[in-house]
Amino acid sequence: MNDFVGTGTLVRLALRRDRVLIPIWIVVFVISAAGSAKASIDLYSDKAALVEAARTSNASPALVSLYGRIFDESSLGEVSLFKLTAFGALLVGLLAAMLVVRHTRSEEESGRLELLSAGVLGRYAALTAALIVSASTVIVIGLVTALSLVGSGLDTKGSFAFGLMWAATGLAFAGVGAVTAQVTESARAANGLTAIVLGVAYVLRAIGDSSSDGSTQWVSWLSPIGWGQQVRPYAGDRFVVLLVPLVFLAVLIAAATALIRRRDLGAGLVRPRPGPPRAAKSLRSPLALAWRLHRGSFIAWGFAFLLLGLLVGNIASNVDGFVTSDSAKEMVQKLGGVEGITDAFLATEMGVMGLLASAFGIQAALRLRSEESALRAEPLLATGVTRSRWLASHVLIALLGTGALILVAGLGSGISSGASLGNMGRQVPRMLAASAVQLPAIWLVTALVVVLFGFAPRLVTGGWVLYGVFLLIGQFGEIFNLPQWMINLSPYGHTPRLPGGDFSVTPVIWLTAIAAALTLAGFATFRRRDIG
Amino acid sequence: MTSAIVVSGLHKSYGSTHALDGLDLEVATGEVHGFLGPNGAGKSTAIRVLLGLLRGDAGEVSLLGGDPWHDAAKLHRRLAYVPGDVNLWPNLTGGEVIDLLGRLRGGLDEKRRDDLLRRFDLDPTKKGRTYSKGNRQKVALVAALASDVELLILDEPTSGLDPLMEEVFRQCIEDESQRDRTVLLSSHILSEVEALCDRVSIIRRGKVVETGTLSELRHLTRTSIHAELAGAPNGIAQLPGVHDLDVEGNRVRCEVDTAQLDAVMRQLSASGIKSLVAQPPTLEELFLRHYEDDVAAEPEVAVR
Repeated sequence: MNDFVGTGTLVRLALRRDRVLIPIWIVVFVISAAGSAKASIDLYSDKAALVEAARTSNASPALVSLYGRIFDESSLGEVSLFKLTAFGALLVGLLAAMLVVRHTRSEEESGRLELLSAGVLGRYAALTAALIVSASTVIVIGLVTALSLVGSGLDTKGSFAFGLMWAATGLAFAGVGAVTAQVTESARAANGLTAIVLGVAYVLRAIGDSSSDGSTQWVSWLSPIGWGQQVRPYAGDRFVVLLVPLVFLAVLIAAATALIRRRDLGAGLVRPRPGPPRAAKSLRSPLALAWRLHRGSFIAWGFAFLLLGLLVGNIASNVDGFVTSDSAKEMVQKLGGVEGITDAFLATEMGVMGLLASAFGIQAALRLRSEESALRAEPLLATGVTRSRWLASHVLIALLGTGALILVAGLGSGISSGASLGNMGRQVPRMLAASAVQLPAIWLVTALVVVLFGFAPRLVTGGWVLYGVFLLIGQFGEIFNLPQWMINLSPYGHTPRLPGGDFSVTPVIWLTAIAAALTLAGFATFRRRDIG
Repeated sequence: MTSAIVVSGLHKSYGSTHALDGLDLEVATGEVHGFLGPNGAGKSTAIRVLLGLLRGDAGEVSLLGGDPWHDAAKLHRRLAYVPGDVNLWPNLTGGEVIDLLGRLRGGLDEKRRDDLLRRFDLDPTKKGRTYSKGNRQKVALVAALASDVELLILDEPTSGLDPLMEEVFRQCIEDESQRDRTVLLSSHILSEVEALCDRVSIIRRGKVVETGTLSELRHLTRTSIHAELAGAPNGIAQLPGVHDLDVEGNRVRCEVDTAQLDAVMRQLSASGIKSLVAQPPTLEELFLRHYEDDVAAEPEVAVR
């Protein structure tokens, strides 16, 4: 039992540190699920429309590979929530794994765990505490979501199957986080590994779901997200499948504890290799350093965006063929189109890419604050580097990086949709334009972080909160009948819908001008404030 | 004599905490100046204001003849800084950091870089996250000492070094002093300051309470005397500047204000001195004298 002594204290410490973060996440998940349910219940008032919508979705390889298959086409609950079944489980899994890494490897890397380990602290206490916190979070998310779905008017049994499915997927990825945290010495690398596992899990289930003749359906069973789908909430409610992720979690915990027994505090499984004794000739400016710091993550994001672009472009060409009936076409139009169905799909997906690219921009800009609070900005600013030059280095990476990412996605989708539609010469420039118009909104959100950094550095993570608010406004603003001025607050709502939509230059200019003004304000305030 | 650093009446508060409360500091060009004080006395805050990282609320600050807040980057090319807490980028090697910091300052002396790496026994191929605290400090020290600059600002630079490396550090500072560089050395290690510094400023609660050469400072305090006399001591107790007098037969122990030393010695030799031990005050005593009342004042602060 000695190996676990101190776990309770660490759990309380973790909850104290995350007393804002965890409740916010719980609320975001619950609102997303309940919002979707409410919207769909209003939309599908009669059964025929429901079945038609479900058939349309199942007939579209794009939707099936993105969100998964609808098992019972007449189930109101399943049709309401199918967009959040696999995708929501992915996000719950991401949260669960990051929480574990945050309270194990991050603490170890910073040396804080060493401080505590010197006291009375068992060998497994940190991991156990992190798992308890992570597991409780996802279980609370699952249960509250289930209750909110029942409250929205959906079937009770199905709602609990859905909530518990989310929780179980979260538990499986908490286990993944427990293992990756043992493997690498840095928390960033552990989170990177976790993200790769999540990505692979999502792609595996996409392959299984897209199998038209059923021959590769088994691939879904290789993925923890696939297990979640196989619980089939509102379409059979197979609670027994929930055991699979639980067994998976047990196996991963056993693996993680075995790794802990074999390694020293602070060490990983992967030994760091020695590096160059001299700096490359090019490492002679703040920008070169910033590029060096962002390079790894930028390249990974770049690959992901290229793949996403190719994938989206490829499935876009099939969308049109599968939608035959008029009412189905109307339905797809409702899902967010203005002109051709293919264009509507591409425009929607490009909007999603814009949201994803913003996350890179926010993360890159937040690096400014982490460099400052880790006291790594100070030695640089004590050399011949001016404050503006240092600030500009990271801001440039954030702004140009998001630009490069979104254009890569546009290029990828242009090439693959052009190739399958047979008009490459037209699609590539159209998709490049469609991706470029996302940039002003992305830059505006990134610039919000820059201005916070200059003006109120302690509140800089509020950038994520604003981002979350904009997402919720975009997703649910109209469903919840929010006043128009509130809906207008989200910069993403002002981005022209391309390809196919009307292009209006006014919002693009406004968004860009606001982004520029915010960035300049960030520079002006940063030059005047204390460092540290 | 020109001054590399002149600070007068500097104030800096964070909310209700007065980190600096009218600080005066003068560092002459070419001297090694010790900046002494316990943790939390305001040493690092003062240094950060000198570097233009913080802006003073009131008071005058001049660094190498310029204003550190307005001309920060320009002045920084002429100085090198070693922070008290050195954090390195986890995925850059020590060698890369040394080169980068040197280049941003305007160039490194290659020969001295190699020499310093050898003397500090530092492996430049290790990644930032794998260095211990002492080794991280060595990275910053090598980067600073290998730069061609007029002024070195060192904030508790030896706090993570082992005694062997402290010795190397002392030699390096002596070398720097030979090259006529100005050094501001913040420290709470008295022996280090005593060995290296030409002049010392003692800071307490954001104010410099004592400044001068070590001998000047010693002058302000007491020498302890142990004497064995031929006959009974006579009239010592009546002399001004004699404290803690303890007479046992022909033995005398006392503390004497250094200014009154001459008179006391005459009085003692009148009785005939058989043996005499006179100890100059250590820096430690100087230091403690200024902090004694702090220790006494502590409970009062706690009540508030």
